[in-house]
Amino acid sequence: MNEHLDIQLIAIVTAVACALPGVFLVLRRMTLMSDAISHAILPGIVLAFFLTESLSSPLLILAAAGTGVLTVLLVELLQRTKLVKEDAAIGLTFPALFSIGVILISRFAGNVHLDMDVVLLGELAYAPLNRLKAFGYDLGPIALYVMGTILVLNTVFIFVFYKELKLATFDASLAAALGFAPTLIHYGLMTLVSVTTVGAFDAVGSILVVALIAGPPTTAYLMTDKLSLMLILSAIIGSVNAVSGYWLASLFDVSIAGAIATMTLIVFGLIFLTVPNRGLIAIARRDARQKWEFAQTMLVIHLFNHEGLPEAEAESAIADLHEHLSWDPTFTNQVVRYALNNRCVSQDERQLTLTEQGRAIAQQALVQ
Amino acid sequence: MQTSEPKAIEVTDLTVAYQDKPVLWDIDLDVPPGVLLSIVGPNGAGKTTLIKAILGLVRPAAGNILIYNKPYEAQRRIVSYVPQRGSVDWDFPTNVLDVVMMGRYGALGWVRRPGKKDRELAMHALEKVGMEAYTTRQISQLSGGQQQRVFLARALVQDATVYLMDEPFQGVDATTERAIVTLLQDLRANGKTVVVVHHDLQTVTDYFDWVMLLNIRRIASGPVDETFTPNNLRETYGGRIAFMK
Repeated sequence: MNEHLDIQLIAIVTAVACALPGVFLVLRRMTLMSDAISHAILPGIVLAFFLTESLSSPLLILAAAGTGVLTVLLVELLQRTKLVKEDAAIGLTFPALFSIGVILISRFAGNVHLDMDVVLLGELAYAPLNRLKAFGYDLGPIALYVMGTILVLNTVFIFVFYKELKLATFDASLAAALGFAPTLIHYGLMTLVSVTTVGAFDAVGSILVVALIAGPPTTAYLMTDKLSLMLILSAIIGSVNAVSGYWLASLFDVSIAGAIATMTLIVFGLIFLTVPNRGLIAIARRDARQKWEFAQTMLVIHLFNHEGLPEAEAESAIADLHEHLSWDPTFTNQVVRYALNNRCVSQDERQLTLTEQGRAIAQQALVQ
Repeated sequence: MQTSEPKAIEVTDLTVAYQDKPVLWDIDLDVPPGVLLSIVGPNGAGKTTLIKAILGLVRPAAGNILIYNKPYEAQRRIVSYVPQRGSVDWDFPTNVLDVVMMGRYGALGWVRRPGKKDRELAMHALEKVGMEAYTTRQISQLSGGQQQRVFLARALVQDATVYLMDEPFQGVDATTERAIVTLLQDLRANGKTVVVVHHDLQTVTDYFDWVMLLNIRRIASGPVDETFTPNNLRETYGGRIAFMK
């Protein structure tokens, strides 16, 4: 296996592993929590590092995951006092824990390899260098095995408890009433997020973890109304972001993590603009159409109200229409053309006359 | 211990407090089987809290709650709950049939997925509330009345004995209100016990046969014609109500 392939595989596996629990975080409006966890696990990593004096010990992942769950617990305790709102509770908790980690590193680990830059941004480019070797064979990069295990863990958890996760996310009180222990499910999910974050963090750094967790599910949410499809789309989008980000980074010789985060935003932006029905472009089109439809309705109602009356000739003269309606003359002409195209009115010489269809529209609008 | 038939719901000396602020003070309530009971009282009277306490969703500071002589944990399967419509996120990516099927989750238990039979039961419940044409509709595209019908269908599919409903008439149109009332009366006719948190005093006598007047403490409860009196209402709402009868 070459290095290109190794890095892309690690990126894809990490992206999918993050996107799956990310779907539930997005639906629970808890994406900020992943940000908090990804920072607050630092003291856990540092303490476990002091104990084991190794950066690859599995204890590191466990300690960090523990700190992650502790973060969630602290935030919820603060929130439960009702003196602090959720966002403020998050804002207070994770910098405090993170800074404990920073102080520990600067005081006791000044000459050890525990680099702040790598912690924040990670370095995918180095991930393939750390390889798993057994019996003289090279079995591939360790990061791939770590993230692969986490991906399997996440997939199995979500597959097995899909129904419970769905119910607890949509309607926690019904879940509790039916005996499904939503708190247990909540902490199960949070443990998963913590483990995922720690694993991913080593490969891609804490900033990219948040992009991987929040980006693809938010994008997928725009595209579907079905939870199962949202999970699948999130996984696909995460992979697309990972691969395209990798090639973007190779092309411009920049940080891979940075490029993947950038692609996450670009892909979100593209979907946000173009997705049918609820994308920005579709909404703008609909608004524009509604504007003309409404103007047309005003026009036919105006004609309808004066139809057959002595003043009808004056009220329906195209040249004077803009004065009667107090519209801009150009706009008036456009509306008249729009209504002519839709066969709501017909034009004979300088007068507008309602067609059957136009009259029906006016009547219907007035009834409502 | 009385030898008469068991109460559907029996609440004794129930106090619920948030910190030291009581939300419910020493509530006693007996609901006989097969009645259609409304809980009325001003905002902040503790109506929703009472329902949640019966369902074990809030922890009482004192008192006891029994459903057919057993605690709620032992009776989950015979109790069905309709939360307030506003308590969930209707932008959740799911459709009408799927939400109704959630009512089957209790019977399924952990891990087991709903199957064909559950789907059929859900369809049947949707027919009962007149929503069978909306099975694949995304839930965010429903009107308030339709959302409420979906919630009712979800409760019906549980095929419970006791139904607890939190403001099912909140913000629904007149047609839906009629449909819900018919549904509630059908449930009672089939021997079910239905408890409804209700806001509209004008309709209490028309829709319900029992009423509980609540304002942190229980003012009165019993058959509507004995209990729903101007005196009791005045005591429940203080001087703040001009109620003609």
